[in-house]
Amino acid sequence: MSGTKKPDFKLAGPVKGPSCACNGPGGTGLKNCCTAGKQKPPYVTGTVRSAIGEVWRVSTGLTPSDKWGIVKCRTSSYRNDYKVEAGLYAAGQPGRGSDVLVTANYKYSFDVLRRELKGISAWILVLDTNGINVWCAAGKGTFGTAELVKRISLAQLDKLVEHKRIIVPQLGAAGVSAHEVKKATGYRVVYGPVNAKDIPAFIEAEYKATREMRTMGFPVKHRLVLTPMEIVPMLKKYPLFALVILLAFGLQPSGILFRSAFQGGLPFLLFGLVSIFAGAFLTPVLLPYIPSRAFAVKGWIMGAVTTGLSLVIFPRFNPILLSMILLFFPLASSYIALQFTGSTTFTGMSGVKKELKTGIPLYLISTAVSAVLLVIYKLIEWRMI
Amino acid sequence: MKYLSNAATLKLDAGKCAGCGMCIEVCPHGVFRLEGKRAVITDPDGCMECGACAVNCASGALAVDKGVGCAAAIINSILYGGEPSCDCTGKSNKDSCC
Repeated sequence: MSGTKKPDFKLAGPVKGPSCACNGPGGTGLKNCCTAGKQKPPYVTGTVRSAIGEVWRVSTGLTPSDKWGIVKCRTSSYRNDYKVEAGLYAAGQPGRGSDVLVTANYKYSFDVLRRELKGISAWILVLDTNGINVWCAAGKGTFGTAELVKRISLAQLDKLVEHKRIIVPQLGAAGVSAHEVKKATGYRVVYGPVNAKDIPAFIEAEYKATREMRTMGFPVKHRLVLTPMEIVPMLKKYPLFALVILLAFGLQPSGILFRSAFQGGLPFLLFGLVSIFAGAFLTPVLLPYIPSRAFAVKGWIMGAVTTGLSLVIFPRFNPILLSMILLFFPLASSYIALQFTGSTTFTGMSGVKKELKTGIPLYLISTAVSAVLLVIYKLIEWRMI
Repeated sequence: MKYLSNAATLKLDAGKCAGCGMCIEVCPHGVFRLEGKRAVITDPDGCMECGACAVNCASGALAVDKGVGCAAAIINSILYGGEPSCDCTGKSNKDSCC
């Protein structure tokens, strides 16, 4: 899917007055698209007069509610629908010579940008990325050349500013082709720094970014804030795992016995939690210190270490169950750790495909073997073999 | 931090390079350098295949099998078809205006 296929009725823009884009292409079937008469969102503190009419001015401070929104985005699916309206906004008191900064309409992206614009007068051009952040939307193409070209014309940049320069976040470069934007609009795309916090220094240095500003690190702080969204989805799958385990242990020739379900199943429930912890928390946090470049191997190592340590609590295990534990849980951590490739700043598709090519058959076979081992254990327990 | 070695599909056709330096500007992992007015790949294992360099190379000197390095996305594309994408929600074409 690319941004070009989007229906035209999404041409919303918070530019007030005669420039409202509602009468633009696709003028029929409009719903909710006009800002005029609409209630101002809380981050809009006023309006700025410009050559194209009044433009909403945004606050450069984040309210407790904005900050709480960030927490929710980091921990839940709240992030899937956290948007601002696409279009033109103002920070400070911008004029015809002010910079135009481009961002996505994911509210978190928008908030991070305006937070860094204290004391800076600039225009903010928000692309409609369907509420997805710059980096992901650029990969998908919704933060892309077509959408940018469209927004430049909708916001009437040629009337708004006298220069021909727009600052696009560097992480948007995967979707935006600077030379094509230039060809289509005459505007020169200048790629800003990776992090919004470097924008003031970047502008100060006359649009020169240092190598540090251009490269994307992955410090422990960033890895840590990503772990809730690794842990939460896994915990949602956990009840199913727990159910299977309790059923497997509770099932007796006489029916399902709660006593044996909990006695036999409890250690396994713990091992399950430990493998999630190893794959979704320990692996991301300790990432650079765990041997191997492959995430599957890193996860397996952490899973093996934590499973081994947990075995100390339960020293006496039936050898069949012990082999099942040692086979299954480190590989579960390995699989969970592999999911973290989606959150890193440095894993490429070819590499992940390479890992999955050996990983998926291994996970499937080991799960099947684990199930067989459990069945054998049950059959012995029931004195059937 | 580096990912698997020799995995990235990044290719540079030095003959086509005009030496504009755009790849150096957009690469988030600094894998390029200008040497004698030509770009060279100095760190191929640093490439995460985001495609920014190829998309922004006006002379078409760069090629990369662009995609998301995300296991969940790749597994989903195997299971349900389509290109691997960052859209974890599974929902697409949401019909919400503004």
